[in-house]
Amino acid sequence: MAKKAQSKAEPAAKRVDVHYLTRVEGHGNIVVEIEADGRVSACRWEVPEAPRFFEAMLIGRDYRDVHHIVSRICGICSIGHQLASLQATEDALDIRVSEQTLLLRRLATHGENLQSHLLHIAYLVLPDLMGVDSVIPLAETHKEAVLKLVAARRMSNEFCRLVCGRTTHPQRMTPGGWMKIPTPEDLTLLRRLLVESVPNLNFAVDLVASLAGKIPAFERKTEYVALVSPTDYALYWGEIGSNLDERHPVRDYKSVTREYCVPQSTAKWTKNMAESYMVGALARFNLNAEKLTPGAAAAAEKLGLKKGCTNPFMNTVAQLVECVHSVEDSLAIIDMLLARGLREEEPTPVRLKAGKGAGAVEVPRGILFHAYEYDDKGRIFAADCVIPTNQNHANIQKDMEALVPVLADRPEAEIELILSMLVRAYDPCISCSTHTLDLRPGQEKKLVRFVRK
Amino acid sequence: MTAKPKIAFFDFAGCEGDQLQVANLEERLLDILGHVEVVNFREVATRSGQDYDIAFVEGSITRPADAERLKQIRSQAKILVALGACACIGGVNCLKNFMSENVYREEVYGASARWYPTAPARPLKAVVQVDAEVPGCPVDAAEFARVVKEVLLGKTPWLPDWPVCVECKLAGNICRFEMGRMCLGIITRAGCGACCVTEGAHCWGCRGLVPGANLDSARIVLDRTGHDRKAVQDLLRFYLGDTAATL
Repeated sequence: MAKKAQSKAEPAAKRVDVHYLTRVEGHGNIVVEIEADGRVSACRWEVPEAPRFFEAMLIGRDYRDVHHIVSRICGICSIGHQLASLQATEDALDIRVSEQTLLLRRLATHGENLQSHLLHIAYLVLPDLMGVDSVIPLAETHKEAVLKLVAARRMSNEFCRLVCGRTTHPQRMTPGGWMKIPTPEDLTLLRRLLVESVPNLNFAVDLVASLAGKIPAFERKTEYVALVSPTDYALYWGEIGSNLDERHPVRDYKSVTREYCVPQSTAKWTKNMAESYMVGALARFNLNAEKLTPGAAAAAEKLGLKKGCTNPFMNTVAQLVECVHSVEDSLAIIDMLLARGLREEEPTPVRLKAGKGAGAVEVPRGILFHAYEYDDKGRIFAADCVIPTNQNHANIQKDMEALVPVLADRPEAEIELILSMLVRAYDPCISCSTHTLDLRPGQEKKLVRFVRK
Repeated sequence: MTAKPKIAFFDFAGCEGDQLQVANLEERLLDILGHVEVVNFREVATRSGQDYDIAFVEGSITRPADAERLKQIRSQAKILVALGACACIGGVNCLKNFMSENVYREEVYGASARWYPTAPARPLKAVVQVDAEVPGCPVDAAEFARVVKEVLLGKTPWLPDWPVCVECKLAGNICRFEMGRMCLGIITRAGCGACCVTEGAHCWGCRGLVPGANLDSARIVLDRTGHDRKAVQDLLRFYLGDTAATL
């Protein structure tokens, strides 16, 4: 994976070249070069994922198919892509949905957040904190811990299956409502599973709290962008909030994301008020911490996570806090649904018209925007998807630029590990980054040749 | 076999939802791992070895460089298993094959379109020989476990050769055609338990054509639902873009 030129004794030039970083979703590379005098001559976060052209594939598609297509952008956030897509379609076609639909969608958001966060914490980050290369050896050395985490994650999979019908690429949701809803028995079962998972989550909180010393201490002030709502810890619905900016309505998302191309790394980058911004669990926590459920607030305190935290490595910790929040809030939603009684509802009838709309959902990795324009036949003629990981690329790069000079005197292996941990903390979901460019080292020349063709 | 066979996972253009289904096997994954040695599973583990016997490959081939990488994997692996709709039949990635390349590249990348190498999306079998397939979008975790077991036992894995309609009847669903809707269960390979129909949607064809699918007849049946040709074409292109179904 990493090729290193080893030389001891005198300070030598160092090179970290992680080709296809592991334990992230999708393909990303880290390239760092440090000269013998400690000068950093290269420091890049690169994304060589195959471009997939989803926004183009949506053109001409019927409004009823769109959320099924965008679901395939990402296996892990398929529910979030569907929800953002449904919001955009419903905004464009003026479709209102029932309170029951909204409650079930909020439940779906929680299910996906749990599913993704637990995968990230247990399978992708924990091995770093325990000093091993994957969760597989942990199954032998820390069997009890792994089984508890696996049980918690199985609960989250079951959660998504009970609410959405499938854990990945669900089939129940449609513009205007649900084709099929969970039965009261399903929700009662889910309630029991959630209650049973509380000890496992508390165990995870204690475990991560005991490993707090392994989380690198690194602070860099940046902008945090997330949905905000006056009523709750915004996940399914809200306005675009920032610690440095006024609020924006979701339809105004382009004035916040302001995507731009950079010649040196070119997944489209974003910037708002500062030179880069961060989205994800830490951004949500920093903007909405006071709206967490009591148990989640207690977990945050135990884990030493405070509002205004500027350590990107703490994103994983914020995810764990959100897991506790999702379990508690889901229990409240289920009780509400059971108390008001589940009703079989037909999806809201649609009157086709030309229109333009946007949707935003807080998916596990941060704020996700979908925006569509429809013609009067209900077919898309323009689509835009702004994915959380793309919004984080610039912030990852800026973090690396701030972090590498501090690490310059450490051995290569340590620099590589800490930078890999930094990227993993963002939980990047690179398959999602629908617009990206191949820029592996040595291919810059090829790029020029390609342009001339 | 004395030593444990070494297995590796690779991915091309796709959502990695299939590897996620594998991870979702949870405890059963740990059982499987007792019988193999994972040398490359980038989504889960740091170690990446190049000495594997069985390669599981996810995603479609959309760039010339990807085809080369796949050929390299093929030359190393004794057995190559395609994982999921993108790898088996091209899947949703093939939607772009019906658009002008200029249009889809500019739509997404604007003025920078020419920086991004791409080619029509293809399934793995268009580039190399594929020894076994686990179809579906995403793959069915139980079917994946069965295929792995059969491969490890040295058997040729089998797939159902009957259409989704068979399982849909068993599931007790109301036929979508009875409801005036369209459905591809009539020409799609079974094995999913008609999960999409059961959950309120219709069959999208993600598992590919069933052997002997009567496409002419299917077109007549779809036309009879009264949906316009564009809607029929949309559905046939959703997953089956690389098959004869879209003609």
